Amino acid sequence: MTAEGLKCRECGTEYPLEALYVCERCFGPLEVAYQHDRSLSVAERRRRIQSGPQNIWRYSDFLPLAGGPPGPSGRRTSRAGLPAGCTPLVRADRLAAELGLREVWVKNDAANPTHSFKDRVVSVATARARELGFKVIACASTGNLANSVAAHGAALGMESYVFIPSDLEEQKVLATGIYGTKLVAVRGNYDDVNRLCTELSAERDWAFVNVNLRPYYAEGSKTIAFEIAEQLGWTIPDRVVAPIASGSLFTKIGKGFDEWREVGLLEGDLPIMYGAQASGCSPVATAFAAGHNVCRPVKPDTIAKSLAIGNPADGPYAIDLARRTGGGVDSVTDDEIREGIGLLARTTGIFTETAGGVTTATLAKLAARGDIGARDSVVLVITGDGLKTLDAVRGSFESYEIDPSLADFEATVDEASLAVSGAR
Amino acid sequence: MAVTVKIPAQLRAAAGGVAEAEVDGSNVREVLDSLFASFSELRERISDDGGSLRRFVNVYVAGEDIRFMDGLDTAVADGAEVTILPAVAGG
Repeated sequence: MTAEGLKCRECGTEYPLEALYVCERCFGPLEVAYQHDRSLSVAERRRRIQSGPQNIWRYSDFLPLAGGPPGPSGRRTSRAGLPAGCTPLVRADRLAAELGLREVWVKNDAANPTHSFKDRVVSVATARARELGFKVIACASTGNLANSVAAHGAALGMESYVFIPSDLEEQKVLATGIYGTKLVAVRGNYDDVNRLCTELSAERDWAFVNVNLRPYYAEGSKTIAFEIAEQLGWTIPDRVVAPIASGSLFTKIGKGFDEWREVGLLEGDLPIMYGAQASGCSPVATAFAAGHNVCRPVKPDTIAKSLAIGNPADGPYAIDLARRTGGGVDSVTDDEIREGIGLLARTTGIFTETAGGVTTATLAKLAARGDIGARDSVVLVITGDGLKTLDAVRGSFESYEIDPSLADFEATVDEASLAVSGAR
Repeated sequence: MAVTVKIPAQLRAAAGGVAEAEVDGSNVREVLDSLFASFSELRERISDDGGSLRRFVNVYVAGEDIRFMDGLDTAVADGAEVTILPAVAGG
């Protein structure tokens, strides 16, 4: 393994690769530190990746597992657990044209086993939890993580506990409980759930994927950057727009590109990184606009529940990344989120949940403001499936109901579509 | 006034191994000062040089984040519970 230990992001204190997440000296978050084999050539590194399976385990050299990829053999890893990743990167020319941009790509992470990017982080966290000997996995979730932890528990035969805010969308609740997890709805918002799980993690010998296993979990998000780069022919896009909830995904996308630049797999600058938040929960965007490094927590009130983290622990690092790359962090209203979902669906055939609406609407805002250069390539990171948040699109389009007769079809539908095209 | 402070696992070694401590104080600053008087090592773990909380330290009074109230000046009622926890990312 190339991972050599955990290291505090604030003060640099080093720790062993165990279920630790907080620096005992300064309370800073711990992150996995790697020592890559310098003797490997770039061509050899690429070969190692390309000969791997069609899932995140092709990037095992950059992930914190002691025993390498899980599964009976390297060739067969796609048959172990719930293989995540290798989601499509699709060119979105019609979206680009509508926004007046040249080159837009959509990284469609709804195409994961439980339909969100969370399968990446949960795959890494559960694999590491098994290596460390845990029997139970658990999480605090805004919904997508709940789906993923419950499903991974079922796939691996591990008991699981999932804690969610009690007001979560029904689709996400149903798509969690079905896996046979112990589903606990907490009367409070995500930050209350997170606080409870932080307390519980000290009392139970469980692997809370996003608490005591957080350093391993977070590393899974780097694979989005790896895939984007590999899918673009080992190059770095000019710009990336990605959602921000806790700031972990956004920060790790930057770290993914950075690690590959460091070992020579990629050349050039980091992408200009833009973060996307909902106005009803925008502590990172607010801090960015005010020039602050620390985020003041807020009480979330937005339809983008998967991004409704009012106390974003990785906010300072997300702000730093946006600033360092010349990007920014923006926020969009609930109406803009709904329009964003529609825009993406209409122009790409990809139906995303509210978080994807936030990201798409933010791209539209950046384009309208002229913040994206005419020659630039942009990657839009779509993190979850529209079927998870159906309420957001209810009533957003018209449909027709007719009798099963040609006459009624012609009278109702033909007339209506003529009226629409006539109005254009 | 007696207040219970819940100490996170990561700080227990610096607090004589205890999970909670009974201290006095009518606001968070006084409560923490009183805690530091018993366990001096805790001060530099939780506070920065200027006396503010480090940025990855969250403090709650009766379950509410003190940043939604008056920060270190937040009043603490007799018998209330003050919880210190690390900030954790990931949703």
